[in-house]
Amino acid sequence: MYVAVKGGERAIENSLALLAERRRGDPAVPELSVAQVREQLRLAVDRVMAEGSLYDPDLAALALKQARGDTLEAIFLVRAFRTTLPRLGYSLPLETARMRLARRISAAFKDLPGGQLLGPTFDYSQRLLDFALEAPEAPPPAPEAPAVAEAAPSVLELLAAEGLVEAEAEPPGAGEPPDLTREPLLFPAPRAARLQNLARADEGFLLALGYSTQRGYAHTHPFAGELRYGTVDVELVPEELGFPVVVGEVELTECQMINQFAGSGTRPPQFTRGYGLAFGHGERKAMAMALVDRALRAPELGEPVSAPAQMEEFVLAHSDALEAAGFVQHLKLPHYVDFQAELDLVRRLRAQAGEPPA
Amino acid sequence: MSAMALDRIVPGFADPVLDSQRAFRAALSALAQPGTIVAVARPAAPLAGVAPAAQTLLLALLDADTRLWLSASFGDGAAAANLRFHTGCRLVADCAEADFALVASAAELPPLAAFAWGTDLHPERSASVVVQVSALAEGAGWRLAGPGVRGERRIAVPDLDAGFLAQWDENHRAFPRGVDLYLACGERLCALARTTRIEG
Amino acid sequence: MSARAALAAVRAAGERARYNFAYLDERTKRMIRRAILKAVAIPGYQVPFAAREMPLPWGWGTGGMQVTAAVIGPQDVLKVIDQGADDTVNAVNIRRFFERTAGIATTERTAHATVIQTRHRIPETPLAEGQIVVFQVPVPEPMQRLEPRESETRRMHALADYGLMHVKLYEDIARYGRIVTAYDYPVIVNGRYLMAPSPIPKFDNPKLHMSPALMLFGAGREKRIYAVPPYTRVESLGFEDHPFEVQRWQAACALCGSRESFLDEVVTDDRGGRLYVCSDTDWCAARRARADAR
Repeated sequence: MYVAVKGGERAIENSLALLAERRRGDPAVPELSVAQVREQLRLAVDRVMAEGSLYDPDLAALALKQARGDTLEAIFLVRAFRTTLPRLGYSLPLETARMRLARRISAAFKDLPGGQLLGPTFDYSQRLLDFALEAPEAPPPAPEAPAVAEAAPSVLELLAAEGLVEAEAEPPGAGEPPDLTREPLLFPAPRAARLQNLARADEGFLLALGYSTQRGYAHTHPFAGELRYGTVDVELVPEELGFPVVVGEVELTECQMINQFAGSGTRPPQFTRGYGLAFGHGERKAMAMALVDRALRAPELGEPVSAPAQMEEFVLAHSDALEAAGFVQHLKLPHYVDFQAELDLVRRLRAQAGEPPA
Repeated sequence: MSAMALDRIVPGFADPVLDSQRAFRAALSALAQPGTIVAVARPAAPLAGVAPAAQTLLLALLDADTRLWLSASFGDGAAAANLRFHTGCRLVADCAEADFALVASAAELPPLAAFAWGTDLHPERSASVVVQVSALAEGAGWRLAGPGVRGERRIAVPDLDAGFLAQWDENHRAFPRGVDLYLACGERLCALARTTRIEG
Repeated sequence: MSARAALAAVRAAGERARYNFAYLDERTKRMIRRAILKAVAIPGYQVPFAAREMPLPWGWGTGGMQVTAAVIGPQDVLKVIDQGADDTVNAVNIRRFFERTAGIATTERTAHATVIQTRHRIPETPLAEGQIVVFQVPVPEPMQRLEPRESETRRMHALADYGLMHVKLYEDIARYGRIVTAYDYPVIVNGRYLMAPSPIPKFDNPKLHMSPALMLFGAGREKRIYAVPPYTRVESLGFEDHPFEVQRWQAACALCGSRESFLDEVVTDDRGGRLYVCSDTDWCAARRARADAR
């Protein structure tokens, strides 16, 4: 006698218990603390904050620990936490020009006001495994740099003053920027909505798309006008005070690409911009975002739309790592009703074609 | 909100979570079965001049993302102050800009065409109009048909005349564009979806 | 509240790790409720809504869960099925979620439920007035696989221009002699909108037509909500010479003997042995209980 499978609930509970055991690993090895993750796996924490759209290093570190180091799973935990938080107010736009810089480079000018500041970067490290890290030992202290007194204005604003690069102006009738965490994305999307989407987008997806623009799929002749990483104050104007108050600070990476533009019927030849911004230290993400932002501006600049990176619906509808991971992996869910319906259909088609019954 | 308005504030929902849910279900049931009369819970502190069903419905559905238009006799009174205070909705002076409208009586109902009907691309960008009426009775009066109505349903709304029916017919024929109507009579609510055909 | 106190309050709320009734915050529920009302007023039209991240992955029922969370209250009795069954891991997981976050009463009996969340089936037991069926929808746009640009399909819906879909079905007939869509078979709602009924087998399509129950469809990842009100015309597409038809089985359910329900095929050995059982576990169990009683 056939008996149908039962016991989904117990299977889930057992699976969760196994997962917890696997997360902990060998109990003879000391448990990882959230603070250790936050301090020593900081770039993973930064990526979780950026794509999780929540600036909270402790929660991002907790999420990474809970997710066994799986970045997407950690991003998921953070997003599911942030989504039900009440929105208490809106900060003023962040003033990245007043960033307290930890790093700032321009590939377009040799020297510039505020100077080039290499800061902490893998860029000129030689990628040799450092076996010394196998034994815990504190690195020698880095030499202290004198505080940067000089203001470091944005490179693009220097060019904009000359009219060589387009002015960063709000498009007419733009109004309040939409908030993609509270409103559905509709097409065509204003640039503000596109940038929000890209800021939350999967780094790998943006990297591949940005790369494609460099290989002839909508080439935009980019220069890394400026890349800066540092700390910016978050200011809010409480209704009862009427003036801005600093409520905290965030670490950000900002990239401004400069792109050659030969001009169109309505615009003189000048450089155009692509913009990228990420929470924490995320240069790959910010640069790729800036390339894709510029490519998506094709219709606005009168350029033909022919490459994937220029196709707004294609890019914005597939950029979110959680949407993509969820839907790809939903194929693990039972589909036997649909499969049964298809099986029936294929059998009928075979019978019709005179194939022997399977 | 000015300090002056604060003294007109009365309590909103006693249990914001469950009261909102119940009010929504009443509205959903009414709209899914146009012409049926559903009971809506009385608000903790009924406002003068506002039908309890209308007050409960708006307390449940409005928030800072919605724009509300109030008909003339509400003025800048307690209804405006309380709905604004409890829900954070934005008040608009032009009924064409409203997501929701509260109309004190059939006499104050603007032409239906004055409200937002949405577009063929986005028919959901249309107004939900709450009209307070003095009487509602099932089983007689208009004959309703359309989605949510099995065969035919009858409802009498003596406040709304033939002129309204001509406008409603136009609204119905503009589908998918159009407004949806909620009729509030005391603690009772009845809805007309834009899909509802009415014969007088 | 000062900004600093506000931030402290947020942090405290997070640390308590307590969630609202049915998980979603009230602002989100209001937004979803307004979208549901619009969906009911415009049957078959996909209302855009700002779907939130749920604690389950996108594509795993987040749309249905958000609709259910916005709809249910303590007076409700919830049934959750996947593939027609109450006891598949996904159905169990979603039911657990609402038991945990809403303390809601649940049931496996179709007739006892006020809200039924489903993936891929409509129960065999006839639905009743007052019941709400919430469908989990992976792809709300019936033409997405023919035209992936939403801006284009939106225009087609606005013009009621469904030539693309008719051509696809016609090509099926020309090539295979029949329409080769076995599930998520497109329907026209109230004579106007082309709608994806979600991946239910076309066997279930007739149950949508003039149903006494309210049907709500939630697509979380694609951020759309749509509805079929009770007693609404729902026609499956077809041609005069190739009318819509549903699957029929030669076999009967090996457990309850039903010949009128949708059957799952079960492979019993590696020598071609197979049998068929009802996909609707409640229907099957109820039939067996009645048979035992006799």
